[in-house]
Order: sequence, then C-alpha cells, then structure tokens
Amino acid sequence: MATTIRKSVISSLARAKSGHLGGSLGLADIFTTLYFSVLTHNPLKPKWTDRDRVILSIGHVAPVLYATLAHCGYFSVEELQTLRKLGSRLQGHPGREHGLPGLELSAGSLGQGLSVAVGMAIAAKMDHKKHRIYSIHGDGELQEGSIWEAAMAASHYKLDNLIAIVDRNGLQIDGRTEEVMSLEPLAGKWQSFGWQVIECDGNSIEQLLSAFGNTGTAQNKPTVIIAETIMGKGIRSIEGDYRWHGKVPTTEKAVEFIEQLAKQ
Amino acid sequence: MNHLINKGNKPTKTGFGEGLLEAGLRNPAVVCIGADITTSVGCNFFAEAFPLRFISLGIAEQNCIGVAAGLALEGKIPVFSTYGVFAALRTTDQIRVSLCYNNLHVVIGGAHAGVSVGPDGATHQALEDLGMMRILPNMTVLSPCDATQTRVATIAAIEQVKGPVYLRFGREAMPDFTSGTMTFEIGKSQLLVAGDDLTIIATGHMVWEALQAAEILETKGLKARVLNMHTIKPIDKEAIIRAASETGAIVTAEEHQVIGGLASAVSEVVVQNCPVRMAFVGMQDSFGESGDPGELMEKFGMTAEAIASAALRLVSRQT
Ligand SMILES: [Mg+2]
Repeated sequence: MATTIRKSVISSLARAKSGHLGGSLGLADIFTTLYFSVLTHNPLKPKWTDRDRVILSIGHVAPVLYATLAHCGYFSVEELQTLRKLGSRLQGHPGREHGLPGLELSAGSLGQGLSVAVGMAIAAKMDHKKHRIYSIHGDGELQEGSIWEAAMAASHYKLDNLIAIVDRNGLQIDGRTEEVMSLEPLAGKWQSFGWQVIECDGNSIEQLLSAFGNTGTAQNKPTVIIAETIMGKGIRSIEGDYRWHGKVPTTEKAVEFIEQLAKQ
Repeated sequence: MNHLINKGNKPTKTGFGEGLLEAGLRNPAVVCIGADITTSVGCNFFAEAFPLRFISLGIAEQNCIGVAAGLALEGKIPVFSTYGVFAALRTTDQIRVSLCYNNLHVVIGGAHAGVSVGPDGATHQALEDLGMMRILPNMTVLSPCDATQTRVATIAAIEQVKGPVYLRFGREAMPDFTSGTMTFEIGKSQLLVAGDDLTIIATGHMVWEALQAAEILETKGLKARVLNMHTIKPIDKEAIIRAASETGAIVTAEEHQVIGGLASAVSEVVVQNCPVRMAFVGMQDSFGESGDPGELMEKFGMTAEAIASAALRLVSRQT
C-alpha cells in the first residue's frame, strides 16, 4: 500500500506542477501504518465522534495525506489529480472550507498543529472519550517555539491520549537540520518536557507497528514517536536530497519514478 | 438632551467577567483558557465557579489559541482572554490560520484596551488590536462602550456568533451608562443622540466622551448625532451611509490608532458610498506612555473636548 500511495503522490504532484515531493514520499510508510493498521476510523463516516483524530501540522506534505485518504476510501483516487487546481478540495496546504472528507484541520503555518491536538486531547478527557489524537510534525518544524509551549501543556495535563509523530528526516529547506539549527539531543528534549519517547525507523512498517503498539503504555504521559525517515524514500536517485523538499518531477521524471517503484 | 446617565464608574473587564460567568452557567460547553492573568482580565468569576472548565495554560499565548482551536473543533466554546497587545498581536498568525481559516467559534477577550490602561505604559496599552483583527476573514470584532454593554456583548459573542470573535475591553473604571435591556445586535450600531448637523461615531470608552461632546456642541448651536459603533466588524454600513447623507460630516472617536481601526472602517464605507468631510479622534500614529488614565486621554487628545473641537473645525471648514 505504501508503494501505491507513493505512486499517487508522484503522479498528483507531477500533474500539479508545484508542491513538496520529498517529505510526502518519506512519510508514506507512516501514513500507511496509521491509516491501514493503527487508527480506529470509518471512511464512510468521517465525522464519527469516536474516531481517532489525525492532525497534520506540516500542511506542505498534504499530498501524502490526500493519497492515503483516497486509498482508504474517503474520496475517489481520481480526485487526487485535481491537487492544487482552482476549485479543488485538495488545496496546496489543507483547507477545511473546501469540504474534503477526512480532513481534520486547515493547516500550513508551522508550529500550530500540536497546540490544536492538545486542545482536542483536553476536550476528549473532559468528555471521558476514549479516542486518540495523532499529530504529525516535521523535524524542522520543532524549531518553532510554540511547539514547546504545546509540549509543556500536554505533559502538564497528562494527555496520554495524544501521540505526536516527528518525521525525523534530518533535513529542512536550507539543508541539514543540525546545520540550520540543531535539534539534538532531540529525544532528551521531549523527555525533559515530560513525554514518553519512542524512536524507530519511520520507513519500516514493522518497526512502526511496534512503535505504535507501545504507545499508551506510559500512563499519564503523552507519547512522541521520533520516526527516522529518508526524504524522498522509494526513489533511489532523490533519497536524502534536501533539494527535493519543495520540488516536483516533470512528467517524464514522474513516469521514470513510478517505474522504479513498480520494480520494488 | 441625552437620557443616558452614569450609574457609577465600573471597568468594562468586569462586564466581560460577568457575561462569561452568565453564559457559562447557561451552557456547559463554555470553557475558559487562562494565560496567567486570569483576575486581571476578568476571568476569575468563571474560574472560581467552574474549576474543571477552566484550563490554565500559562504565559504561552500562541499555544492558547491553538488549544482553543482544538477545543472548538470538539464542540466546546472556548473563551480566551489576555491583554489585547498579546491576544491580538503576539498570536496574529495562530488566529489567522488555526481560528479564522478554520472558521472556529472561539471568543478572544482583548483586555487593557487603549491608553486608559495608565501607568503600565506603552507596551501594555492595546492600540492596534482592532485594526489587526478587523482585516482577518471570518472574524467578528466587538468594542462595547461600558461595563453593562460588555456583559451583554460577551453573552452575544458566546451565544450568537458562529466563527471567531475578538471582543475588546478596558481596565480602568469608566462611566457605566447603558442599560442591560437596551437592544444589542451585533453589526447594528446604536443611535444614542439624534441630530442632523454632524455625526460622531464612537466606540469603546470614547462613546461616553462623544455624549459629553454632543452636549458641548449643543451649547454652540450644533446638534450632533451620536452613534455607538460597538461592532467594528461587520461594520454597520447602513447607519454610516445614512449619517453621511443626512448630516454631511463625520467625526470618529476611538481609543485606538486612527490607522486601521474605527476611523478606517468608517472611511471605507463613506468613500465608497457617500463621501463627506471627516475628522479622526484617536491615537495619531504614536505609542502611549505612563501616567494617570485621565491625563493620558487628555495628552493624546481622546476627550469630549477634543471631539467637540474636531467637530467644530470640521463644520466650519465645510461652510
Ligand atoms: Mg525535515
């Protein structure tokens, strides 16, 4: 399924002619694991009150969210081809007002999603609800101060119904995170903010399944999964190349990339 | 000439606190977010009555807005209040994306409006908040005139609006002169004094000053119309156009920068529909400073006398 999602990401971005390829490809295994194994949800009832919530804080990787939602059955796979086009429900960065089923939050300005997830988790606690809130973050995004305001609040309120996932690909637009503004020791930062930390290979479905399986084991603590991924994962020639953060393939390149994926 | 009398000075923040408590008693979905200055912004009544519905988040306003968005997505009606300088300015991006773009019903209380904050000085005197909030799509902006109206406006903001609301109020005890039974409709200004020689359109604390200005003008033989523009957005176009066409001159009065706030909002309507001469009473593109509230209002020209002389200059220029 992750390969299918990657193909959809590549073809929708090639059609859109702008967008962010690298991060979306790197996150395909995380989205596959979440939506096809971990989440309690029903694509036919996107507003079901007991569903698990997914907050995508890094709106620029919308293509992988859209592709996953489509392959889950929230809407047709054909609609992916409208990405970034006028009148589309698939905005460049997610926008709820366009009415896309399965989309929880309009987002795209970095650093805001964790706060929203904290609010949803507090509401669930107030209402004695059992569903969980998953929020997805970039590693570069963690340079935003508001992330740490939210991290503080999540442990203060003992939000064990909140799971943050950090896409630790080590890259951001200007280059390596450790050169642009270092994040390490990253696990230590989260631990000192009162979070349970799980580290895993974010491109291994097996490791992701066991990481998600271990969430909720620390009572009264929120959990962060620091998932090490490779930007551009699946396409050898672009793997780990930060120049593919905000780039899209030409039509010919897209065909070549999809062929590469088909061989795997 | 005007039937409105001061029942005694009272801070508008107290009206906000009373309104929040009243709405909270009626609807269990109302929750309140605190950013360390709970009592100072009038949220203490609610926090004491409903400790389980009061969420303390500390001095972290950006997070407060995001958490409010998350609560609103789950059907709560979050009310978040801090000083307007932080509520509207530190968190503008969070308000724009997490609240306005998502069109979520969150009520933001912007406290410490204007120079009447007094001795705390410029950093804590909100003078740009109305302008900043007014330009955001989906946002409703309220600026009630006294404590009684702030209570009524707070309840209306919580119970009647669907999207985000910014509600502004002050710190200093100021004349409380409206009655709780007066009709209050969001987006509809109140005609407080009838008159045809010119119109004073005022908001917030300046409404009381406008009433006094109308009395000064009457002694000079001018009958001023006074409108209480308690809603900055959506602005009451109809009343503004009527004022322009029937009185031919408009003075705006606000405890806010004349750039971006009431003066701009009224002008936008006037120039597109019925251009007339205008004068703007308010902060003239500068920061405030420390001092007694009264002294500061006088120094920065936000008094009844300042409104009256602006009106006289305007009318004499016209004839
Ligand atoms: Mg990154």
